Amino acid sequence: MNEPNAIAVEFKRVVKSFGAQRVLNDVSFHVEQGQALCLLGRSGTGKSVTLKLTMALMCPDSGEIWVDRDNVVGMDRHRLSGVRKKLGYLFQDAALFDSLTLYENLALPLRRLTTKSKEEIDEIVRGLLGDVGLAAHGGKFPSALSGGMKKRAGLARALVLEPKIVLADEPSSGLDRITASEIDELLMRRKADHNTALIIVTHDIHGVRRVADRVAVLDTGNLVAFGTVEEVSRSENSVARGLITE
Amino acid sequence: MGWLTRWLELVGKMGLFSLRVLIDSIRPPFEAAQLSRQLAEIGNRSIALIVVSGFALGAVMTLHTRSTLVTFGATAMIPAVQAVSFFVEIGPLVAGLLLAGRVGSGIGAVLANMRASEQIDAIQSLSIDSFQFLVVPRVLACVIALPFLTLFMDFAGLFGGYLSEALSSHIAPTLYLNRAFDYLQWSNFVAPTLKTTVFGFIIGSVSSYFGYTTNKGSQGVGEAATKSVVVSSLLIILADVLLIKCIYFLFPDTAL
Repeated sequence: MNEPNAIAVEFKRVVKSFGAQRVLNDVSFHVEQGQALCLLGRSGTGKSVTLKLTMALMCPDSGEIWVDRDNVVGMDRHRLSGVRKKLGYLFQDAALFDSLTLYENLALPLRRLTTKSKEEIDEIVRGLLGDVGLAAHGGKFPSALSGGMKKRAGLARALVLEPKIVLADEPSSGLDRITASEIDELLMRRKADHNTALIIVTHDIHGVRRVADRVAVLDTGNLVAFGTVEEVSRSENSVARGLITE
Repeated sequence: MGWLTRWLELVGKMGLFSLRVLIDSIRPPFEAAQLSRQLAEIGNRSIALIVVSGFALGAVMTLHTRSTLVTFGATAMIPAVQAVSFFVEIGPLVAGLLLAGRVGSGIGAVLANMRASEQIDAIQSLSIDSFQFLVVPRVLACVIALPFLTLFMDFAGLFGGYLSEALSSHIAPTLYLNRAFDYLQWSNFVAPTLKTTVFGFIIGSVSSYFGYTTNKGSQGVGEAATKSVVVSSLLIILADVLLIKCIYFLFPDTAL
């Protein structure tokens, strides 16, 4: 069990470039266990890259990325696999497996990575599908789901292994306001009940105000503001102020 | 010299990719369910294409062979020519090329689409080794399925040849089979059939390479499918030349 203020994710002077374009420039921040950090910024400012770096799906050019006491930079794939079990990732377009039904999408990691019985897996999957309002759609393939349903299914899959840290890439995009707030509720409940750390990339200011304990604003590769919603709204940086008061 | 550097880089990367396939295929966890699924997709669903193609090719080849052998009064040799041609060369090579077309493009496109839609990243994020989960079962399925598909091709070709010959000369099936296998030894049959495991490895690893490593989004899907077919077909033909030399070296009595 983590202490309430243990650091869940920490970036230390991280630099990431794609060719000549520097996406993250000497970025440092941290998120504590049980805290929700919302990443804000204009499109193409490295928010999704930050999540992928945290999951070690790509490598930074320099710097350190700590996930629950492990530096994932340069880590071998066996150890990385252990670290990734602590993380849940909701992709921007959900990234559900086309060839599997919704139920199988959620059951796959449980079957492979846990010793749970078929009945236990069934209970967990059905419970999560119910939480995201998709209880009646477990037998459907992703191609038969709407964008919003895919997003909710992606969130359910991200939570299925009960990760200590959840990374969510625009969880409310493509959803109506009511469903978006239900998703936010689910994330906040997860945070409160399991002391889960959340890193959420979003453009939804209403969601930020509901969920965020901390806000980080990225602009042209730099972290231009970091703090509570109130602190960022009083920031000297006009982009940060503009984004939070939209 | 830029093209040479790029070409050498591609060869090196594909070589390392193939080496990783070999290493990971003997390293747990073994993806039995995925392998079974891929065998059904790659093997079972290719049977119809292989059988129909083999049958048609056998019939056409007999028609051509007959017109030539009639001139020399050697029509009795038609079954033997047919059997030797199919079992030694046509069956393995054509089955390999057909599988490269049907399955190679499919593997390339599916994996490239999974890369573009972040499904491969999603597998990684669930602590599942995407290479072992997606690539290794596909390559193994190609390696296992192709020798069996080659047998289907061989016998379908022989059957097509028999029907074509029977329509012309009313030859009895037993006589046709006796003459067909007169000149064929086990070594003529086993080594060429087993060489298709190499063709299967080429199809699986080349197609997986282009699909798994693409980074061009949806544009990469079509590109991966095309490159998979072109490169694996070319490599199959080149490998065939080398493998025939190897077979003749290792089994000198197979040289007809």
